[in-house]
Amino acid sequence: MTEPAAEATVHSSPLAERHQALGAKMTTFGGWQMPLQYAGIIEEHLAVRERAGLFDLSHMGELFVEGPDAAAALSSALVSDPSKLAVGRAQYSMICAANGGILDDLIVYRLADERFLVVANAGNAPLVSDLLAQRVEPFRAILDDGSLATALCAVQGPRSIEIVTPLTGLDLAAIRYYGIAEGNVAGIPAMVARTGYTGEDGFEIFVETARAGELWDALWAAGQPAGMAPVGLGARDTLRLEAGMPLYGNDLDPSVNPYEANLGRVVGLDKPDDFVGRDALRRIAEAGPTRLLVGLTMTGRGIARHGYPVYAGERATGVVTSGTLSPTLGRAIALAYVAPGDAEPGTIVEVEIRAARVAAEVVPLPFYRRPR
Amino acid sequence: MVPQDLHYTKDHEWVRLSGDEATVGITKFAADQLGDIVFVELPVVGKTLAAAATFGVVESVKAVSDLFSPLSGEVTEVNPTLAGQPELVNSDPFGAGWMLKLKVSDAGELAALLDPAAYDQLIAEA
Repeated sequence: MTEPAAEATVHSSPLAERHQALGAKMTTFGGWQMPLQYAGIIEEHLAVRERAGLFDLSHMGELFVEGPDAAAALSSALVSDPSKLAVGRAQYSMICAANGGILDDLIVYRLADERFLVVANAGNAPLVSDLLAQRVEPFRAILDDGSLATALCAVQGPRSIEIVTPLTGLDLAAIRYYGIAEGNVAGIPAMVARTGYTGEDGFEIFVETARAGELWDALWAAGQPAGMAPVGLGARDTLRLEAGMPLYGNDLDPSVNPYEANLGRVVGLDKPDDFVGRDALRRIAEAGPTRLLVGLTMTGRGIARHGYPVYAGERATGVVTSGTLSPTLGRAIALAYVAPGDAEPGTIVEVEIRAARVAAEVVPLPFYRRPR
Repeated sequence: MVPQDLHYTKDHEWVRLSGDEATVGITKFAADQLGDIVFVELPVVGKTLAAAATFGVVESVKAVSDLFSPLSGEVTEVNPTLAGQPELVNSDPFGAGWMLKLKVSDAGELAALLDPAAYDQLIAEA
């Protein structure tokens, strides 16, 4: 249950040849062979912050839920309330176990009154697909797992809108953050969402897998005058961490509940429909979480990494779940779970790095906020 | 082709021997595999290292890797520039990116290291 579904086969991206031609170093992630980096993580990261980056996200899971009761079915399956979404809008959500543990974090897009797109993390997609199929079964709704049939490319960074605009008849400016519209991009039927995982403006463009190459080539050509770079999973990780966004498998897992992860705002305890995990989550909300996800900046010399212990004085207070050297800030940053009493910004803690204690400070999230 | 005047370990360190002084670093292959190097932790001068013992770590944006001493000896110098410019390990791994100097205690240990041809073979198969 805690393992990302063990898969015999490793999927390869429909864009694998293009990555190879660009000299990508590849890695296996969530059951997919995907680009880890091209020119280098720092260079790619800064390209997204300063100009734009092109991402292959074909590994993400695309799950369509449709039917007259699709909204109610999802409301019963997830902690949020997708029935509140207007058509063309999206919300961040989670699917939890009965004990309130997070099984995946998701984005839910309402494509039509009776049709939703749920985007799941690659490694969890088979599990989420199975769970959603079970949970929507009592409703007049069906689950259609489009993960393999759907490819996803993202353009992220301040110049994204100028790069994508010439390729589409859609009015991109009219798609607000967490909005989605259907139309053609480079002549290919697409769903275009103003979402991302970088802390920058940008678009996620879903097309059928057979046309992923055409989409990538068109985006690639359109991005060159703007200095767009291809970006791998390495920089995707540093970008999301600066933006204070949790990564499933690092910061979220089935032992973590939404309140611990500071995602309690996503949980619709008072929504009309019952949902899986509600009783447990209500108890947790009333009792208060026993640990909290916080941001740390290292004030001493060293980089905190996943699994490193955190101390408040001599008392063990928690553990680091993500850490890196922030390319934008030039400092070591981390996410960690600590005792609630140590979670206030300004609290001084220590991270144990190779048997030495290194000073760190609890800071507000995100680490980086884009200039508007 | 890797530099021909060096000795190598299977863990991708190199050694340049001059008398009983050994200069140690990591190879270009290792630096390329690690990616952008952002942190290097080195021992204090005066520390005695055994061959194959860890002497520090090198961190890329993504990962932490141990560094292994190719030879036994006492640390006489560590590269002071790497604290502020760890990226030198990427840009000049066999030169300005050197890591430490050792006073070698047993030159016989050299026999256990790889010569340039053997190291070339190792990375060709990696």
